[in-house]
Amino acid sequence: MTALAVALAVVIPTTTWPASADKAAVTRTDALWLERIDDGVTTGALADYRSLGKRRYLDRQLDQPGILPPAVAQQIDALEISRRDGPSLWFEVSAEQKRANALPEGQQREDAKKALNDRGNTLANEAARREVLRAIYSSAPLREQLTWFWLNHFSVHQGKANVRWLVGDYAERAIRPNQLGRFSDLVLATLQHPAMLQYLDNAQNAAGRLNENYARELLELHTLGVNGGYSQEDVQQLARVLTGNGIAAGADKPKLKKEWEPLYRRDGAFEFNPARHDFGDKTLLGHTLAGSGADEVRQAVEIIVATPACAQFVSRKLATYFVADEPPPALIDRMSKAFGKTHGDIRAVLEVMFASREFEQSLGLKFKDPMQFVVSSVRLAYDGKPIANTRPVLNWLNSLGEPLFGRQTPDGYPMVASAWSSSGQMIRRFEIARAIGSGNAGLFQPESGSAAQTTGFPQLATRLYFAAIEPHLSTATRTALDSASSQVEWNTFLLSSPDFNYH
Amino acid sequence: MKRRDFLGTSLHALALTAASTAFGRLYAAPLDSPRLLVVFLRGGYDCLNMLVPYTSSDYYEMRPNIAIARPPASLELDADWALAPSLLSTLAPMYASRQIAFIPFAGTEDVSRSHFETQDSIELGQPMGQRDLRSGFLSRLASVIGGQKAIAFTDSLPVCFRGDADVPNISLKAVNKPVFDERQADVLAAMYQNHPLRDQVREGLELRQQVSAAMAEEMQQANRDAITPKGFELEAQRVGRLLRTDYAIGFVDVGGWDTHVNESNTLSANLDSLGRGLQALSRELGPLWSSTAVVVISEFGRTFRENGNRGTDHGHGSVYWIAGGAVSGGRIVGEQQKIERATLFQDRDLPVLNDYRSVLGGLVRRMWGLSDSQLERIFPAAVPTDLGLI
Repeated sequence: MTALAVALAVVIPTTTWPASADKAAVTRTDALWLERIDDGVTTGALADYRSLGKRRYLDRQLDQPGILPPAVAQQIDALEISRRDGPSLWFEVSAEQKRANALPEGQQREDAKKALNDRGNTLANEAARREVLRAIYSSAPLREQLTWFWLNHFSVHQGKANVRWLVGDYAERAIRPNQLGRFSDLVLATLQHPAMLQYLDNAQNAAGRLNENYARELLELHTLGVNGGYSQEDVQQLARVLTGNGIAAGADKPKLKKEWEPLYRRDGAFEFNPARHDFGDKTLLGHTLAGSGADEVRQAVEIIVATPACAQFVSRKLATYFVADEPPPALIDRMSKAFGKTHGDIRAVLEVMFASREFEQSLGLKFKDPMQFVVSSVRLAYDGKPIANTRPVLNWLNSLGEPLFGRQTPDGYPMVASAWSSSGQMIRRFEIARAIGSGNAGLFQPESGSAAQTTGFPQLATRLYFAAIEPHLSTATRTALDSASSQVEWNTFLLSSPDFNYH
Repeated sequence: MKRRDFLGTSLHALALTAASTAFGRLYAAPLDSPRLLVVFLRGGYDCLNMLVPYTSSDYYEMRPNIAIARPPASLELDADWALAPSLLSTLAPMYASRQIAFIPFAGTEDVSRSHFETQDSIELGQPMGQRDLRSGFLSRLASVIGGQKAIAFTDSLPVCFRGDADVPNISLKAVNKPVFDERQADVLAAMYQNHPLRDQVREGLELRQQVSAAMAEEMQQANRDAITPKGFELEAQRVGRLLRTDYAIGFVDVGGWDTHVNESNTLSANLDSLGRGLQALSRELGPLWSSTAVVVISEFGRTFRENGNRGTDHGHGSVYWIAGGAVSGGRIVGEQQKIERATLFQDRDLPVLNDYRSVLGGLVRRMWGLSDSQLERIFPAAVPTDLGLI
């Protein structure tokens, strides 16, 4: 890190900067702050930042959802996932699947299955498009980074079972409404979502037929961390608590014995089925949970989230994403304290983090992960101009190894530089920098196949560049830019530079 | 308590065996230009449905829906073990020609039964209780043998290659032509000249050129519409081609083994593809196959009982494979015990009787003729087991 710190410290004083920037350059700290908070600068964000100031600019993002340019909002509104809710999609796919399975073996059945598969893929693709469009164009890009963070923390993989039908709804209804609220609500929302219930098999977890997959990951990956002080016995006890929390087979209530009726619960496609639940008492992390039915899950989550281990684990994870690969322990302690005091209020924890000295000291030193690299590149290259096709962006994320809803394992993507900066990954990144810098790469060719809006390669040397980026470049990057033989090459070098790849 | 006693004696016995074997073979020469490829099956593969304990009635009782049928449906390997039918066309010939050995009851002391925790433990290869995330065992091996190159055939650098040795990585699932010409590559490298990522950038740019040269032959074949293999078989063929150039140590991983639900079809398809991959490697390496050892490992085995969904959950002891022309195979080696309910670890899964650090330590010692102090740098505080595989 020392070499980098030295490289970044070589800064040309802003006063020597030519008048081509008609507004004064922003300070290095301000530029880096915006780059980190917003995942890349745009002209509009810079203007808002200048008029609101740091504090109000941050509060506005935490207070209210962002706004999208009309052309982008229209693209999102036109998606099927914007017009359908998760439960109706779930019931549709289950019914269709049943129908396909009942067909006699042969071409007809294969075709029906293929059609189902294709439609699921289309829906997952829509969900990824929506996330990418919002990340690039929302007026509250910090909220978008937070959504990505929680989607990754509570990671689901679209390749498993019917999860692909549900990822859009998962982001929209489980993650987004809860991402700045109480952590336990967020845990419960993911726990009860059919995407998670399928992905980690809790839909199959039933009394006498325990499946402890989700129980383990809930403790290890979502709340306490692997050294969070729970035992194999706790995993099994929690698995028992979770029995019967599953997915409804259809829109109608299942037939139940009379004594089960009052204990049955239903919310959308989520159901608690008492006939599948283990009603024995459980002991979790030293607490006794009387077997009572649906409510055990909330009690268990509250017990887990109230532990100091959970406060530490969640705080560390947030700080690893937003501050540093090895976040300072003192910062984690202060965040954990806020977490404990507010019973897991995520916004309160974030405010401690963003206001900290440690956050400011970390600016410019955190390596962008692929999502951050791609989003900030497109934000800089097209500066708010709506793209018509997100497919190239999704392809770049794929090829860098970080597609949305594409992490196979439930641990989510790693958030430290070493995971993304190997030799193979660096070169892939440069190749994508070239793709972005050398043409419109299909970004303005609408998916429908109608005529492309003609756009050549992007102009990265803009007023925005001269105000927020150029004054703070390292000499190594300047030398490279000076040696570029064309605008395209210049773009490629800028997006490949160490300066642009850290924020 | 019992287990601890047992482990104590068995470790003691292992130490004795190792010492006497080392003495007895004092003059055995290391291999000429050895090649080591580690294949990591991520997800914890269900070894008991690969190497089948067909004489265990508990196995059939506790896996009523997913157990692999007794010989002749499976292939009898010895008095205790049979090979799953999905490997008959690939591994069975290899076993018959003594080019592959299996080590049951293999694994780590890590009992977290967490994929991520245990994968890291194995890739770090440090004694229990230590956990330096910056030092993986293959990186230490590469440093110790020095002067011979190592490579990861993965999209990102795996944990086992973290450390001082400069190891490049490139996934061979898809191979493309290089994008940058020489001058552009120089400019890109120069930007990172005084940067912590300098080596990664430089090596990455060089490796792209090298791979595209090595794959030229494959591209010509494809252009002639020859039938090219798919999936891991194709990947393994490319791995073989690159190892043939000048890499002594390689690493590749294969996913999809976490079979909690409806295990049978997934597992047999995965095993088939893995078997084809090993065959492709042996084909591609040609004469070099005779100095190659391929080690197939996984983070843990799975539960002895099937679960409620015709699958299995996270377990402990696994079965490792050692394949290659350099291997004296056709055997099932290492400490073993009868597999039945009463001998399960924590009444759940297989115990680990063959610690992976000891097994791999013994293997690389023979391959490169390493001294005790060299081995101590790779696997600190491990007692190497010489299973006589090389």
